[in-house]
Amino acid sequence: MNYYESKDLGRFAEVGKFKPDLMKKFFDYYNSAVGTEGALTKREKALIALAIAHFKPCPYCIDAYTTACLENGSNPEQMTEAIHVAAAMAAGIDLVHGVQMLNNLEKSGA
Amino acid sequence: MRENFTQKIAERKHNFEDILRESKLELPPLSIETLQVNITLKCNQACLHCHVDSSPIRTEQMSKETVDKCLGILKDHPQIKNIDITGGAPELNPHFDYLVSEAKKLGKHVLVRHNLTVTIDGDQTSKASKMYLPKFYAEHGVEVISSLPYYQEYFTDKQRGKGVFQKSIQSMKMLNEVGYGDEKSGLILDLVYNPVGAFLPASQETLEKDYKEELWKNFGLKFTNLYTITNMPIHRFKEQLERHGTYDEYMEKLINAFNPSAAMGVMCRSLLSVSYDGKIFDCDFNQMLGMQVFIEKPRTVLDFDYEKLVKRNIIFDSHCFGCTAGAGSSCGGAISE
Repeated sequence: MNYYESKDLGRFAEVGKFKPDLMKKFFDYYNSAVGTEGALTKREKALIALAIAHFKPCPYCIDAYTTACLENGSNPEQMTEAIHVAAAMAAGIDLVHGVQMLNNLEKSGA
Repeated sequence: MRENFTQKIAERKHNFEDILRESKLELPPLSIETLQVNITLKCNQACLHCHVDSSPIRTEQMSKETVDKCLGILKDHPQIKNIDITGGAPELNPHFDYLVSEAKKLGKHVLVRHNLTVTIDGDQTSKASKMYLPKFYAEHGVEVISSLPYYQEYFTDKQRGKGVFQKSIQSMKMLNEVGYGDEKSGLILDLVYNPVGAFLPASQETLEKDYKEELWKNFGLKFTNLYTITNMPIHRFKEQLERHGTYDEYMEKLINAFNPSAAMGVMCRSLLSVSYDGKIFDCDFNQMLGMQVFIEKPRTVLDFDYEKLVKRNIIFDSHCFGCTAGAGSSCGGAISE
């Protein structure tokens, strides 16, 4: 048995067991934001979701949004570029903190 | 033995008739507008998803006698407006050209499920060239319907075999040269998309736009319509799902996406399917599963009775969820918006 089991995603709604009202609010918000056509298409939203699924490594979301991207017509090149955007942003976020390091070096007289 | 038993239990969970009852839907035949004839199981390709299990080693061919019986049915029934010729690669049946020419003489609309590559590969057994096909199709005003699972090489070759994409592009170019895909010529070239794996097709409209842009931009190619088709959980594709342990998951996906309006438009309500040996079925999928119409007294082209056939009970099974999921799926692509 693995810590993350694919089939457990189907139990997501059970997280509302002790606070169903909050879970309902979350699902309403989630479905409105992610699952509908708006200023962004569902295809664009699925690519953003796939990128975030990798940025915050979530096995459930990677499975779900790989399928969602394909079912919304994205091709493997577009999906790969989306996760590169996530990876580049993650690297950039780490590296830009180098400015804090430089500030401290300067304060230290280096 | 145990495996068969487990499979039967799993199939029982996916009961199409139960869902129809729950949805208060009845799906009797409406008419027989199209006679779909599967004239050979032989194909120059052996695709991963093929529900017909076609390949170059298959030898099943419709005989001239059965071809003539089909033509007789078309002649005697003006209600049947279309003949949809499929296979295998139907062009590998020796009576293919004759069937097309004679059906046209009867004033029928002729559709051919043409895999594109047979034009380039030719008949691998007899070594006969098939390079004449684009011109032959144009001369007979055939509607050509061709599988191209993706507008990129990777997915296409993964599903249909190495080199298929490039050969398909070459063959499409030849069809474009004789006028296919050009609105002014009236010659129709439809492409068919089906997913490479266990997922549902994207919207037909969106994918058609992508295909048109990409094929024009990269290869200068034109076509008329794109049809999206859902992979049927039978034969090779079912075996693939079972190998990956995802058969139940895929069936659940199809069942959860059951769309009553797609169900109302399923193709078996207006089509009959004939096998190479003249047996009659509700559709090509039932044909491949051996589910002949009128189980008690199965029909063939020898005792074709329009009135009885149009009043038959269509035989449904778990694979029918493939035709009713999401926007639906038929030989003419998506069924509903």
